[in-house]
Amino acid sequence: MLRLPAFELHKPTTIDEALELSARLDGCRFIAGGTDLLPNLKHEMIEASHVVALGDIAELRDIKVLAGGGLTIGAMTPLAEVAASDDVRRVAPALAEAAGLVAGPQHRNQGTLGGNVMLDTRCQWINQSYFWRNALGFCLKKDGTLCHVIDKGKRCVAAVSNDTIAPMYVHGAKLSFQSQPTKEMLAAGAPSEKQVRPVPADALFKADGAYNKKVALHELLTHIELPAAAPRSSSHYEKLRLRGSIDFPQLGVAARLDLDEAGAIAHADVVVIALAARPMRLKKAPECLVGETPGTDAFEAALEKLADLGSRSAKPLPNIPGDTDWRARMVPVYIKKAVRGCL
Amino acid sequence: MAARDQHGSGAPWPEEGPRDLAATNASSEAGFRAVGQSLRKIEGLDKAVGSAVYADDIKLPGMLHAKTLRSPHSHARIVSIDTKRALALEGVFAVITGADLPTKYGVIPWTQDEHALALDKVRFIGDEVAAVAAIDEDTANAALRLIDVEYEVLGSWLEPTESLANQLSDARPAIHEDHRHGNVSKRVELEFGDLDAAFASADVVMENDFVFHGSTHAAIEPHCAVARESAGGLLTLWSSTQITHYVQREVSRVLGVPQSRLRVIQPNLGGAFGGKSDPFSLEFVVCKLAQVTGRPVKMLWTREEVFYAHRGRHPMNLRYKSGITRDGKLTGVDAKILIDGGSYSSFGLVTTYYSGQLLTGPYDFPAYHFDSTRVFTNKPPCGPKRGHGSVQPRFAFEVQLDELSCAIGMDPIDVRRKNDIGGNTETVNGQRITSNGFAACLDAVEERSGWKDRHGKLPSGHGLGVAGSMYISGTNYAIYPNDMPQAGIQLKVDRSGLITAFTGGNDIGQGSSSVVRTIICEELGVDSDDVRVVAADTDLCPVDLGAYSSRVTFMVGNATIDACRNLRKLIQRGVADEWEVEPSRVFLGRGEVFDTEDREKLITTRRAFEIAEARCDTLGSTGSYNTPKLGGDYRGGSIGASPAYSFTAHVVEVEVDEETGMIRVPNVWVAHDCGRALNPMLVAGQMEGSAYMGIVEALFEDHKVNRFGLHAGPSLLDYPLATAVDCPELHALIVESIDPEGPYGGKEAGEGPLHPALPALSNAIFDAVGIRLRELPFTPGKVLAALDEKRAKRSEETPSC
Repeated sequence: MLRLPAFELHKPTTIDEALELSARLDGCRFIAGGTDLLPNLKHEMIEASHVVALGDIAELRDIKVLAGGGLTIGAMTPLAEVAASDDVRRVAPALAEAAGLVAGPQHRNQGTLGGNVMLDTRCQWINQSYFWRNALGFCLKKDGTLCHVIDKGKRCVAAVSNDTIAPMYVHGAKLSFQSQPTKEMLAAGAPSEKQVRPVPADALFKADGAYNKKVALHELLTHIELPAAAPRSSSHYEKLRLRGSIDFPQLGVAARLDLDEAGAIAHADVVVIALAARPMRLKKAPECLVGETPGTDAFEAALEKLADLGSRSAKPLPNIPGDTDWRARMVPVYIKKAVRGCL
Repeated sequence: MAARDQHGSGAPWPEEGPRDLAATNASSEAGFRAVGQSLRKIEGLDKAVGSAVYADDIKLPGMLHAKTLRSPHSHARIVSIDTKRALALEGVFAVITGADLPTKYGVIPWTQDEHALALDKVRFIGDEVAAVAAIDEDTANAALRLIDVEYEVLGSWLEPTESLANQLSDARPAIHEDHRHGNVSKRVELEFGDLDAAFASADVVMENDFVFHGSTHAAIEPHCAVARESAGGLLTLWSSTQITHYVQREVSRVLGVPQSRLRVIQPNLGGAFGGKSDPFSLEFVVCKLAQVTGRPVKMLWTREEVFYAHRGRHPMNLRYKSGITRDGKLTGVDAKILIDGGSYSSFGLVTTYYSGQLLTGPYDFPAYHFDSTRVFTNKPPCGPKRGHGSVQPRFAFEVQLDELSCAIGMDPIDVRRKNDIGGNTETVNGQRITSNGFAACLDAVEERSGWKDRHGKLPSGHGLGVAGSMYISGTNYAIYPNDMPQAGIQLKVDRSGLITAFTGGNDIGQGSSSVVRTIICEELGVDSDDVRVVAADTDLCPVDLGAYSSRVTFMVGNATIDACRNLRKLIQRGVADEWEVEPSRVFLGRGEVFDTEDREKLITTRRAFEIAEARCDTLGSTGSYNTPKLGGDYRGGSIGASPAYSFTAHVVEVEVDEETGMIRVPNVWVAHDCGRALNPMLVAGQMEGSAYMGIVEALFEDHKVNRFGLHAGPSLLDYPLATAVDCPELHALIVESIDPEGPYGGKEAGEGPLHPALPALSNAIFDAVGIRLRELPFTPGKVLAALDEKRAKRSEETPSC
């Protein structure tokens, strides 16, 4: 078995305690379920001298219904609970579906929703042992200067692979981060009090696979807030993978449709993941679909058009393992599946 | 002879309630008591509750942990190795390199080309270079990074076609520079019958190219070895091996330790499938390190290291040409095969023969030619995986046979029946066939799958496909020439009532020790609780050649019967002396011993053992098995010559999604002629496991090396095996042909049932969507490409079938 490098483990019982640790300790990482962090530590893709475990913090674990019908989901809620939650199914059906499609049953019992949001990007040239990466000559994401996906590529294109983020995009989820300023920040004159920062899900990511998030490592994702579902709204998530379980997405598509009282589409949102470092929203979705009535030939034509336009912009790269040409061919197919799944 | 479904309403082991095997069991009808019973495996409960001891569970006082430094280059000369910095690290006890173990080894004595640690050259990324023994694993790993190796990087051979062309240069020399034929590892060409006449007499001749990809065993237990040297210099090696005897021979030779001073023990094994049937670097290394440090030393490989050790299925490029008459009779077969061997020979000599020699059944054809060439490439070495050397040609030929059936408009099952070679005959290459249940296998899968009502008649996207195969139950080719028994066994019995069997046979989870127990229960009429089996310990057990070539049930089984009958004679003699009757009057069985002419004289078996121990002295017996002389009278004629062949037929049901190209396999019907099912539960387990393995390597697995010569994904995430939700419903249909020479008629069941899975799947895909997949694995991308091609063709012409 690959050895887990040594680190000091901290087990706070409150959010504030966790924030204090992460601000104070150098080389610190949070660990939720550990299904991503531990393999990455073993592969020496990341290093950590301190690990702050979040499992004993009770306030991170609830699914709460808000006045007005929205939800907050504690970041440490296991994926299996999210998948099985009637509240999540009601407010954000695609999120429950996506949570139920992450990895395998054991991973979903261990892995958490917050952990899935914070999942590192993935690439066939990085998710390997140190020995393997050394034999390769390393890569842009860690220890190296070359990209093996894109010839002469200067920016890492490892793929955003968190199934649950695409549904969070289409449902307008807000991610709540808390932090204490680090020593360096205090020295630079930052205020010393705790920061609470809401980040819309679709503002979290940047196009850099080396680290694709716009939050710092010492910031703790505490909960995910979902607004109430619009009337006559539905959503669906489709995941492409070779096996019926375990695998990361070769492609993931979330769609949301809201209908007006007459049954025509009032709002349409389609988001694709597992292409490059950042999820991709199909900007043409409203233009193609809004105003169309499902079940009509015009809707079918509009969906075909969206799938076609989508497949021109959403181009899989040879970053994650698998058949890139097949993934590309599946883009329009899975856009259509995701949209139809809302109906 | 009839097939029995091992699941469903006729299942001999109902899920609840008492087992009633007698109601359905041919063996109980034949008067057997233990044979034919689905006894739980000896070690089954221990494995289920986690108390079984595997190699990695062994912890000895003062034990050190060893790790291997591996080559980051696919082809390079070692200019220098400096171990000083590593040795200086606190907690490091020893560092060894190739110079410490300079003797070459290899499982086949004629092709020994491996070093425990590379001596002058590395030949693939992952090749072993040096090893460290340290106080713990982390220290050993840290020390590996302090070993300084200077390499002179050479050009790599990654394409087998390039290796075949053999364009050697200083910058890209041969992988084995002392090998006579450059990068050509082995070539075998044999011809039987008149092929020109055969093709001239055929109405249809087809010629196609096929590609078989690589796959590996992926046994759940990674390789592990522990060694200890006693104060007196006796070496003990515990290893996760399926060939204790060959490991003993090779470690003894390489370390210069007499075999009599080296004890090799195989603990419980977590699967092998052929992946543990070579001697491996770690076995030599832990022994050497134990000698150097004077401490016990353990090495456990990571999953990644197991992928580098490999010895899995050889990738092959195959061209087949076959002829058939209008009425469905095969006239001849011509094969040309290029085999990608990876970096070392391993079993490659045998693989090259097997790729041709094992195709000559279950069908009779009067003319056959094959030309197989195995080449070296700078990749993890290939070797024997379940169905060694014959799964690849079987795939190609059975797909071609389906195409031929289609071309002459005959049902593919009927074509297979028409060409069934039958029993008590000889193949075109001189292999003796005795029992043959192939026809019953075809009947069984035809009936159970609803073939007649469904094949060719299902809606688009749904299909059924058939394929057949034949496999060996061991061969008479001893890996090193000798006249000694291939299987030996010893029995010990005493006044306690316990019978202990000592067998060199390696139980690798397939149940060979349980088979020994069944036979002892049958022969001596004792309960299974009164039998103990000590296996695969070279100090205690007589020599057995190991668990490979599906030889164990047949050979160890026959040796066990031999030993039991010798022991029975002894006990009968003792009791007869006591009763003052002729020994032939003493009946032994069902836990009782009595005088057949005076039933008043009735004692328990245990009492009989006491009497015999008193009258005949300490009790014991031996038994052995050797194959009769077999095989064609030509060079290589004994390779693949088996005392008995098993036969298999599969029908695979498939669903093809024409939009995504994804394939689902809802059902596989596996009918297998195992001669006689000594333990039907174990036989069915082997059949189901084989069929699963075949389907999965066709759908998911791909043991690939990328453009850098690196294994494309040496983990169980990137190398996908089917999960429970991907697994087909497997229907094991046991066919019993009662072999004249097998133990109670038994033959192999562990490898044969894999073969037809891949071609039957391809043939089912043809039935479902009209595409011929001749290149493995059947990825969705390939399905879609073939569907595109079909649509493009359809606009030009209508296919004939």
